[in-house]
Amino acid sequence: MSSDITRKLVLGAGAALAVSATLYACVATGSKGGNLVTGDAASAVYVPPGSYDEYYAFLSGGYSGQISVYTLPSGRLIKQIAVFSQFPETGYGYDENTKDMLRTSYGFVPWDDSHHPELSQTDGVPDGRWIFINGNNTPRVARVDLSLFETTEILELPNAAGGHASPFTTPDTKYIVSATRFSVPVPNTDVAIDTYKKNFKGVLSFISADQPGKMDIAFQILMPGYNYDLAHAGKGPSDGWFFFTTYNTEQAYEKLELNASKNDKDVIAAVDYHRAEACVKDGKARSMPVKYAHNFKDEATHIAKSELKTSVKVLDPRDCEGVVYLLPTPKSPHGVDIDPSGEYIVASGKLATVIPVHSFSKMKKAIADKAYDGDVDGIPILQYTATIAGEVQKPGLGPLHTEFDGKGNAYTSMFISSEIVKWKLGTWEVLDRIPIYYSVGHLMIPGGDSKQPWGKYLVSLNKITKDRYLPTGPELAQSAQLIDISGDKMKMLLDFPTIGEPHYAQALPAEVLKDKQVKYYQLSENRNPGVVKAESEGGITRSGKRVDVKMAAIRSHFAPDNLEGVQVGDTVYFHVTNIEQDWDIVHGFAVLGANNAELILAPGATRTLKWIPQAPGVYPFYCTDFCSALHQEMQGYVRVSPAGSNVPLTANISKKTLAQMNGK
Amino acid sequence: MTRIARVLTAVAALIMAGAFAVPLWQIRLLAPQYPEGLGLLIHVNTVRGAGHNDLASINSLNHYIGMKAIDPAAIPVLHIMPWVLGALVVGALAVALAGRRKLLAAWLGAYAVAAALGLMEFWKWERDYGRNLDMENAIIKVPGMTYEPPLIGAKQLLNFTAISLPALGTILLGVAFLIGAYALFHSVRAARAARMEEGTASSAANDAASQATSPRLQPAGGH
Repeated sequence: MSSDITRKLVLGAGAALAVSATLYACVATGSKGGNLVTGDAASAVYVPPGSYDEYYAFLSGGYSGQISVYTLPSGRLIKQIAVFSQFPETGYGYDENTKDMLRTSYGFVPWDDSHHPELSQTDGVPDGRWIFINGNNTPRVARVDLSLFETTEILELPNAAGGHASPFTTPDTKYIVSATRFSVPVPNTDVAIDTYKKNFKGVLSFISADQPGKMDIAFQILMPGYNYDLAHAGKGPSDGWFFFTTYNTEQAYEKLELNASKNDKDVIAAVDYHRAEACVKDGKARSMPVKYAHNFKDEATHIAKSELKTSVKVLDPRDCEGVVYLLPTPKSPHGVDIDPSGEYIVASGKLATVIPVHSFSKMKKAIADKAYDGDVDGIPILQYTATIAGEVQKPGLGPLHTEFDGKGNAYTSMFISSEIVKWKLGTWEVLDRIPIYYSVGHLMIPGGDSKQPWGKYLVSLNKITKDRYLPTGPELAQSAQLIDISGDKMKMLLDFPTIGEPHYAQALPAEVLKDKQVKYYQLSENRNPGVVKAESEGGITRSGKRVDVKMAAIRSHFAPDNLEGVQVGDTVYFHVTNIEQDWDIVHGFAVLGANNAELILAPGATRTLKWIPQAPGVYPFYCTDFCSALHQEMQGYVRVSPAGSNVPLTANISKKTLAQMNGK
Repeated sequence: MTRIARVLTAVAALIMAGAFAVPLWQIRLLAPQYPEGLGLLIHVNTVRGAGHNDLASINSLNHYIGMKAIDPAAIPVLHIMPWVLGALVVGALAVALAGRRKLLAAWLGAYAVAAALGLMEFWKWERDYGRNLDMENAIIKVPGMTYEPPLIGAKQLLNFTAISLPALGTILLGVAFLIGAYALFHSVRAARAARMEEGTASSAANDAASQATSPRLQPAGGH
């Protein structure tokens, strides 16, 4: 009974706080709808036709499983990068080339929940080589090549469930990490859920990431069965350390909402990963049989390959003294963010009334002095007072994440009071606050988690949209807001809708990426087994029930464009090559009754569509991307005959090709 | 020829030889769909795209209007031009060695004729590609429309603006010609000066001889 009363009180107090926060926001701004735009915000975000934006921004697509690319300050969507979910718009995950990208040890998993994009770094600064992103549901990390804006590699994480604290990078991109949100039995076996404390474990995975096509798990660290939430690498003086937030140190396994919110403090796990490397090298990690998929796109053939790996090195901190320390941190910390200098470790306790900031130098001293407050499974807990540098007082309600502007200021998102708070590193005083519409989760300053923030804009990635856009039934737009942080006062500039729920985002100046974009694939370097490099190379062949069609697509026809001799019961593979070598001349390929998708073909690319005709007849195929003035003429027919028919297998070629072949 | 004229003629030969390495002429093609432009570069021995794949792109576009594909190997003049240019370079060097003014004049004459023929060939080539269309297989047919780019200047060809201009190679050839011409002028002027001086000197000598012999005076002049 008493716990029921407590719960009601807590909820009541929460509601009262939320109401007063809303009132506070209204009183503070004197505005009803939150139209807080001051000055000439329109011209600050207006990019005239023909001009470019200043920044590329990569927003997680949340449960869309993808990354969406926006440009700032205009907030325009310019691209969706298909990562963890099938994408019928391009055929990603459907065609024979890319479907193996979505293989896992659980079989074909054609969707995921993507949370945290992370740009690769060199010397702690985003370098624009790759962007990584996590799949939260079936723990995976993906690499997107930023000269192609295309997913080129996906690695699954064994011993994990809920790859949430992922894929944060070391300053040299040697490792990205992935820590389990849900602790599970390791190895995962059939045990009673109420044996949680005994059987459930968390793992922190360190993934070698600096060799494209060769991502692998360097080692995993076996941790107490908490929920691992977010992470960031140290930099500068703290380079070589990785910090992970945890909640549910209560080790609850039911009604976590209440039961995981009881402890006054949870912990941040500080990992000395060079120490871990040394222990692994000394053979202190054990090899554990597991199954996890590694998928990567072969550059020469444009075909994804999938391999199943069977072993991972797992390090128990008890076998490697000094590899992990725990920093007590108030109330279910969510984000752990390291300032550009590398000295301050900012933790945001979701339910805390302050923002605690740990000091890396004090942490080192506390370790040297053995200022311990007990241990968990042999992992020392450092004294809170020995590591804390300061606390930001009365920051607002529900602090989640912090980013930095490189000018000594920090910006923290406040979910419950729906605002962003600017405060000063070192003095911990609140300098400014701006209301957000509504309930900000992550916030993002370009480079704001790196050594070198480009501190001009801040993007607020919001969880609730309510009345900000024209209503669209029960499910409303997802939304982000752009804020000018170049002056003393934050200025609201723009609302822009997003695809899926935007969790975290990354951004960097346009100059870093725009001149390194691949305009088309070199046809001469295409090693796909189904490639045709000239129209005359097209044709059709049969091998039992399998029919292979090699076809060229070029303005404005397919070669061949008439196919006969296919029979019901055959499986047809269309290998279509866009033999154009011209920027932005893309062709598509779609055939009547296809059960998978169409193909979108970049110039110089070959892709393969599998097609199983069900009944005799004539089936048209056509180009789906308006390629030229005669795009509507870009079509052909496949004749399908009954099984056992004696219609010969033939493929014509175009008149033009015939003319060329006859030397005319 | 004066020594200076001989050196200049040799220099002209070297500058001309530079035209082997760079394009002689350029054709830029701009269209709404190609704001970055496509381009053709005409070298003494080949035609190539300005961008990595421009020639293939242009050929691909030209199939719509029934134009022949531009195949450098199939353009006869491109097989002859390197020999003509080579002969002119060797000729200039020979003239510089021989140092004969008349040879220099002959070389300049040959050069002028070759240049005129070259330009005419180029014009004929443009005209052949632009007008000699495969109308049976042309997809876009505009009555009365032809597609030859201008020799020099700009012209609208459907959605493309074609801009044709001499390139560095032609500038080098022009400079070489001007140097050759100046060398001839220099030699002629020197010869004339020498002749005049000879005339003056001999009358002076006659004057002097009537009084006293002067061994100082040596007749000077070219060949």
